[in-house]
Amino acid sequence: MNKFTIVTPADLAHASAMLAAPNHGAIAGGVDVVDLMKQDIASPATLVNLKGLPELQGIKLQPDGALRLGALVKLHEVATDPEIQKRFTAISDAAGEAATPQIRNLGTVGGNLLQRPRCWYFRNPLSVCLKKGGDKCYSIGGLNRYHAILGGGPSYIVHPSNLALALIAFGASARIVGPAGERVVALEKFFTLPSVDPKRENDLRAGEIITEVIVPAPAPGTRSIYLEVREKQSFDWPLVSVAVVIVPGGKSVRDARIVMGAVAPIPWRAPAAEKAIIGAPLDAAHARAAADAALATAQPMSDNAYKVTIAKVIVRRAILAAGGVAEV
Amino acid sequence: MSRRVTVNLGIPQAPREVTVVIPDDEPTPWQLGDRFTIVGVETPRVDGPAKATGTAHYTYDIALPGMLYGAIVRSPYPRAHVNSVDLSAAKRLAGVRAALQITDGEIRFAGQEVAAVAATSSDIAVDAIRLIKVDYQPMPFVVDMDSAAAAGAPSVFSGSNVGGAKTLSEGDVERGLSQAANRIEATYTTPVQTHVSLETHGAVAQFDGGALTVWCSTQGVFSVRDDLAVLFNLPPDKVRVISEYLGGGFGSKFGATPDIVIAARLAKESGAPVKLMLPRGDEHLATGNRPSSEQKVRMGADANGKLVAIDLAQRGSGGIGGGSGSSGPFKLVYPCPNVRTSETNVFMNTGPASPMRAPGWPQGTFALEMAMDEMARKAGMDRLEFRRANNTNPIRAIELELGARAFGWTQDSASKKSAGPVRRGTGVACAAWHALGASGPEALAIAHRDGRVEIRCGTQDIGTGTRTALAVVAAEELGLPIAQIATEIGDTRYPFSLPSGGSMSSPSNTPAIRQAAAHLKDKLFKIAAPMLGAEPADLEARDGVIRVRFDPSRKVAFIDLCRRIPGDSISAGGDRIPNYASYRPDQAGCQFAEVEVDTETGVVRVKRVVAVHDAGTIIDPLTSRSQINGGVLMGIGFALFEDRRMDPNLGLMMNPTMDDYKMVGSLDVPQIDVMFLDVMNGGTNTGVLGIGEVAHVASAAAVACAVSDAVGAPVRELPLTPDKILAALGHG
Repeated sequence: MNKFTIVTPADLAHASAMLAAPNHGAIAGGVDVVDLMKQDIASPATLVNLKGLPELQGIKLQPDGALRLGALVKLHEVATDPEIQKRFTAISDAAGEAATPQIRNLGTVGGNLLQRPRCWYFRNPLSVCLKKGGDKCYSIGGLNRYHAILGGGPSYIVHPSNLALALIAFGASARIVGPAGERVVALEKFFTLPSVDPKRENDLRAGEIITEVIVPAPAPGTRSIYLEVREKQSFDWPLVSVAVVIVPGGKSVRDARIVMGAVAPIPWRAPAAEKAIIGAPLDAAHARAAADAALATAQPMSDNAYKVTIAKVIVRRAILAAGGVAEV
Repeated sequence: MSRRVTVNLGIPQAPREVTVVIPDDEPTPWQLGDRFTIVGVETPRVDGPAKATGTAHYTYDIALPGMLYGAIVRSPYPRAHVNSVDLSAAKRLAGVRAALQITDGEIRFAGQEVAAVAATSSDIAVDAIRLIKVDYQPMPFVVDMDSAAAAGAPSVFSGSNVGGAKTLSEGDVERGLSQAANRIEATYTTPVQTHVSLETHGAVAQFDGGALTVWCSTQGVFSVRDDLAVLFNLPPDKVRVISEYLGGGFGSKFGATPDIVIAARLAKESGAPVKLMLPRGDEHLATGNRPSSEQKVRMGADANGKLVAIDLAQRGSGGIGGGSGSSGPFKLVYPCPNVRTSETNVFMNTGPASPMRAPGWPQGTFALEMAMDEMARKAGMDRLEFRRANNTNPIRAIELELGARAFGWTQDSASKKSAGPVRRGTGVACAAWHALGASGPEALAIAHRDGRVEIRCGTQDIGTGTRTALAVVAAEELGLPIAQIATEIGDTRYPFSLPSGGSMSSPSNTPAIRQAAAHLKDKLFKIAAPMLGAEPADLEARDGVIRVRFDPSRKVAFIDLCRRIPGDSISAGGDRIPNYASYRPDQAGCQFAEVEVDTETGVVRVKRVVAVHDAGTIIDPLTSRSQINGGVLMGIGFALFEDRRMDPNLGLMMNPTMDDYKMVGSLDVPQIDVMFLDVMNGGTNTGVLGIGEVAHVASAAAVACAVSDAVGAPVRELPLTPDKILAALGHG
C-alpha cells in the first residue's frame, strides 16, 4: 500500500472537483478500496472521504412508491429495512446475502455497485493481466472455474455486485453528480463490457459520484426474489446468482425481469428468458424454457461449464419461487 | 529403587490387570475405580478470561523499546536464478537499519525468501523492500504433479522429480486379489491443503550482550532454541525462547522456521530488537502445507466380506518438500492378510510441505474409507456392517456401536432418497492414532507460603488447552481447587519439554506434572505429619485439606500448612519416565456424517457429525470436545472446500487469501455430537492419550462417504465442489 492522505470535502461539488484530479480516489465504507490499495491495484495519493455528504444519505420511500437509496446506505440497512423487505424483496435479500455481517455493516450501496471484480488474476499483485494494463486475460488457459460464461472477452471477469442484479431487475437508475453536472443513468446501461474497455466495469467518469439509486415504484402485485448458489454458506461469493421480478396478471405473467450475476462481466439481463414467460402461465415448463433461453448463448470456458447447469437451475427456481409456484 | 504394581486398566466391560514395574517415586498409575475430584469434570480454560479480554500475550503483542519491524522480499517467480540482489537503495532509505540477502542461487518456488529488511516502522520496511532490486533469471518450472512427473520435466533439484517408491508388503496381494470373491479398483485424489493458523508465523528477536531472546509463535520453544543455538553459534543457555500464547500451528511451527531465523539475523545485523510477523498470504505460500495425493487402490474381499487384499499405489507432492505418503491407515486400521503399499514423492516448484495434523492420515483415510464403501456395495453389504466385519479392535467395536446408535444408522435403503432435488446421505469412517506420548518432559511444582501452587513446564499451548490440562492434573494430585494453581509454560527457562505435535503434549506432560505434584505433596506431608501426629504415608490431600486417612478429624488446611513452609516456598521436580505397559498401544475412534446434497446445483451441506473417540483418561471434557470439534471442522474444509490452486502457466498460487482459499465458516458448521469412550489406558501415571490428530483423521472421509451415498456414485476427488458433484451425477 502506498502512503496516502484522507481529505474531507466541504460539499458534494468540492468532492467532485477533488475526485476529478489525478491520483484521487473515493472512500466511503472502505471495504474494497482498502483491499485494492493493499493489493497495489489502486494507489491513490489522496482519498476523498464521502461519508459526511448529506446528498448520499438515507433510505427514502417516496409517496408514489419509488425507493431512493442514498449511496452511503449500508448493506445491512438495505437488508433489514421492513419496507424494502416487503416491496423490494430481491433487493433486501441480495444485500443480506452479501459477504458477512461485519462487511454489511461497513459496505455501502455505492461501494457495492462500484467494487472491482474478484478475479484472482486481477487481485494478485504478481499477475499483470489485461485489466491492469497487461496483454492477456490469464483466465484463458488458466484457472477459470469462477469466470464468465456469458459476455466474456477480451477479459472474462464476472461482476461482483449482486445488489446490482436486484436493482436492475427493478429498473433502477443511478443519480450521478460530476464536474459536468448531474445525470441519471439506468443501472442496466451503467455497467460496461470488457469489449468496450477491459480496464473498467462501468461508465463512471472522472470526478463523478453516485449520490443515490432510484428504484421506480413497482407495478401493483409485483413479486421478486433473489437467489444465489455458493460453495460455502459463510462468506463466499456466488457461483451464480439471479434476481427475478415478476408482475403477475391473472393466470399469466404480465411482465418480468430476470438478471443473472456471477456469469458475465456485467450484471446479465436475460431478455430471452423474460420473453419466454411473459404472457405465459407461470409453471414449471415455462420456467424451464426460460432458464434454457437465459443460457442459450452461454460459452463456458475450460473449467466452468458447471456454472451453466447451476444457472439454469436457479433461474428456473427463482421464476417459480417469485411466482409462488411450488416445485414438484 | 523400583516397585511392582498391578493396576486395573481398560473399560469396565473388559477390564484387565496389568502389572508394571515403576520407580519408587513414580505415582501409582490412575486405574479403573479411581475416584477423581477434578479430572474428567468440565473445567473452563484457565486462560479463557485472559484470551477473551485481550490480556493474553501473543507474539503479535510483544513490543520492546527501540524495536524495529522486519519485512521479507519473496520471489515472484516459481523458478529462477538470482543473479544479484542490490540492497543499496533500501539501505539508504531513512529509517532502515538492516538489509540482508537471504538467498543466492536458485529460487525453487514463488514465495521463497530472497531478502529482508528491518526499519523503524512497518511502513518503512514495506517501502524498503520495494527498493531492493533483484535480478532474476526466470527458468522453466513445474507446479502440477503430472507435469512434474513427466519425462523431460524441469528438474526441481537435480535429475528426476520422482523419488524412489517406498514399498511395504505383507502377504501376497496379487494372490489375495485373484482369490477374492469381490474386487474393486479406483483412484482417489486429494488437493494440497494449507495450515492457515489464525496467528501467522513470526517472531520478535533481541540480542543483548551475547544472548539471544526470541518471542515466537511456535509449537516447540526448545526446538527453536536448539536450532538457533546452532545457527548463531551460541551455547543453548544463551538462547531463550518464549511463546506464552500462540494462535495455532497444526504442524507448521516446529523449529526455527525462516521467519524466526530472519528476525534473529535482522536483530543481530541492526543491533536492535526486530519484530517480524508474516502477512497472511505468506502463510499459504511458504510456511508449509499438506501434500497432495493420488491414491490408486485395489481391494478384494472374500465371500463373507472379509478383506483379503489391499493394494495402495500412491504418489503425492509436497512441493519442494517430501513426506507425502498416506499409507498409514491402509496398514493399521483394517487387518488384512495381504497388504501392499507403495508411496512416491514428486517434487515440484511449490512451497515446502510440513507436517499437518495427522500427516498423511486424512488423505489415506479418505481413500481407504471410500474404497471400503465401494467394496461393501460390491459385496452387497451394509457399509457399517462391512467395517464391523473387518474390525478386530475391541475399543473400536464398541465405538462403532455407540456411534451407530447415537447417529441412527440404518441399513442402506431407498428411504433416504427424497422426491425433491435435495438428497440425504450418510457415511462412516474409522480413525486410529498412537498418541501415547514420550519421555523427556520435566516439571517443577512450587508451593508458596500464601498457599498458591505454581507449576512450571517448558511446553507450550498450541491452542488445545495445555495450561488447563496441566492445572487439572496438579489440582487433582494436590487436592486443591484449580483456581489455586498457576501454570507457567512457554519459556525455555522452565524445565524441558517436547514440541507440541503428534498429539504428544498431554500424554507427555501430564505424567511429569503429576509426578512433580506428588513429590511436592510428599514434602508437604513431611511437614504436616508431626503436626497431625501421623506418618506421612497416612495422610491424604483432598478439597484443600490434608487429613489423616483413618482419622479425618485430624487435619490441617493446605493454606495453613503452607504457612509452615520455611523460607518463602518449597518446590519439587517431576520427570516423565518412559511409557510402561498399557491397556492398548493405540487408540481407535470413528465418525459418522450426514450430508444433504442439492443434486441440481451440486452444493453439499454437512448436517450432522457424530464423533466417538477414546483418548485414555479424559482430563477435561470441555477442551477435549473442542479438539474434536476443531478436527471435524478442519475435515469438512478438506472434504468440501480447501484447495491450493496453482496456475500452471504463471506458477503462482491464485488463492493465497482468506477470501479465495475457502475455509469452513460459522454457517457451514453442522451439529457435532462428541462421545468419549473412557478407557483407563495406563502406560503412564495419568494414562492420558493425545486427541488432536485422531479427531481429524476420519472427518473428511466420513463426509466424502456420505456425499457419495447421497449422490449415488463415488466422488473420488477432493474437494467435493459442485462441479465434481454435478459431473458424478451426469449433469456436468
